[in-house]
Amino acid sequence: MAGTQYRGSEITDVDQFVKDSAGLGSEREKEIGQHIGYRYDVNLVPDYERLTPYLKEYMEVMGWDDLNWLEDIHMGYEDGKPAVFDRNINGWVRVPDSIKLPDNQQDRDMIAREMLLKFQMSDRHPLVTLRKAYMKF
Amino acid sequence: MAGVSDAALKEMTQEERVKALGMTTEQLTGKTMYMEFDPDATERFEYPWAPSVDFNKRTEVDCDGLTTTEVNNKVRGLMEEGYGTVVLKNPRGMHSLGVGILSKLNLIIEGSTGYFTVGLIDGPNVRITGRVGWSCGENMMSGTVMIEKNAGSTFGAAIRGGDLVCRGSVGSRTGIDMKGGTIIVGGDTGALSGFMMQRGRMVVCGNAGKNLGDSMYDGTIYVGGEIKSCGVDAVEAELTELDKAWLTRKLKQYGMMPDKGVDHFTKIVAGKMLWNYDNLEPNEKKLIL
Repeated sequence: MAGTQYRGSEITDVDQFVKDSAGLGSEREKEIGQHIGYRYDVNLVPDYERLTPYLKEYMEVMGWDDLNWLEDIHMGYEDGKPAVFDRNINGWVRVPDSIKLPDNQQDRDMIAREMLLKFQMSDRHPLVTLRKAYMKF
Repeated sequence: MAGVSDAALKEMTQEERVKALGMTTEQLTGKTMYMEFDPDATERFEYPWAPSVDFNKRTEVDCDGLTTTEVNNKVRGLMEEGYGTVVLKNPRGMHSLGVGILSKLNLIIEGSTGYFTVGLIDGPNVRITGRVGWSCGENMMSGTVMIEKNAGSTFGAAIRGGDLVCRGSVGSRTGIDMKGGTIIVGGDTGALSGFMMQRGRMVVCGNAGKNLGDSMYDGTIYVGGEIKSCGVDAVEAELTELDKAWLTRKLKQYGMMPDKGVDHFTKIVAGKMLWNYDNLEPNEKKLIL
């Protein structure tokens, strides 16, 4: 019966959605022409051995002992390109081709966290304009 | 955008400002963005508009005789003056204290508060020495919140990020609709905790009430005590070494590590039987019906 069983496919390879942008694995996905589920493991907890220096400094500045909200940030994939979902703009932000992707999801997630953070704190983030437009003077 | 000064914006109506900043044609959703990171972006750690505060600069606010709005405005004013540690005294169960703080701050509330305490926050570290009412940390985006005693229902409702910690027990529907972040409960949690949970992690050191994780879509719930019953599509999963390492680190961080360790925790995840992405299903159902 429709909607009562999981009919998506499992993620088996870190490059799965780079090699195959459609990501149609299971029979049902092929039938409907649509990937079912996330393109990354949303429950993967971070490996703190792989922290970048920038992320360590961020934790220190904020007075946190860990990555805090960044624990939920992962490298995702959109249209065959690595990208990070930015909750503040409800959209995907792509990772430039010049960035070489590591061969494991944990290191990729650390890159995703660092890039998203720098983007959110920058003046080119859409929230800067949004804030100017809608803020109370 | 660069051609419009702040002074000019100040003179405009909101509608005029939106148009002047070219926002009427911009779509801020999904794939329409096509934005790319700048690999050479400057290393900054706070939002461009965030006040520069120093954790070592400390002050106190006596809430006695003040309204909630007055207290919250006072906190914002102190942040603009560079105070990084603010202590609120005599909260006397006030509602909506500390809501909407969107940058770093050490906020200490000495006493108990009412509903919606520190809702909608994005960055501060909060410590509340007493109890809190319902919906504490609702829609929290980032930061840490530590409640020393018990909390009411819908603790951390729709939380999106950060750590929301209660040393005591909490009411029902904890983490309802949570979309990220971590909720830690030192004691027990009530019925329907993790209801419609979408992402994030919930740790309950004590017992969990009926229908835990009912209709959860994703995310993880760790329970140290007994689970009265699991809700629809909430299933037990294997507790991995990575899970144990994460639990140990997180619980030690808040001084809540059980004496017997974390090996006894039960891990609950979504069974994914309620997942429904099929755009063909409505048509199929029509055919069947």
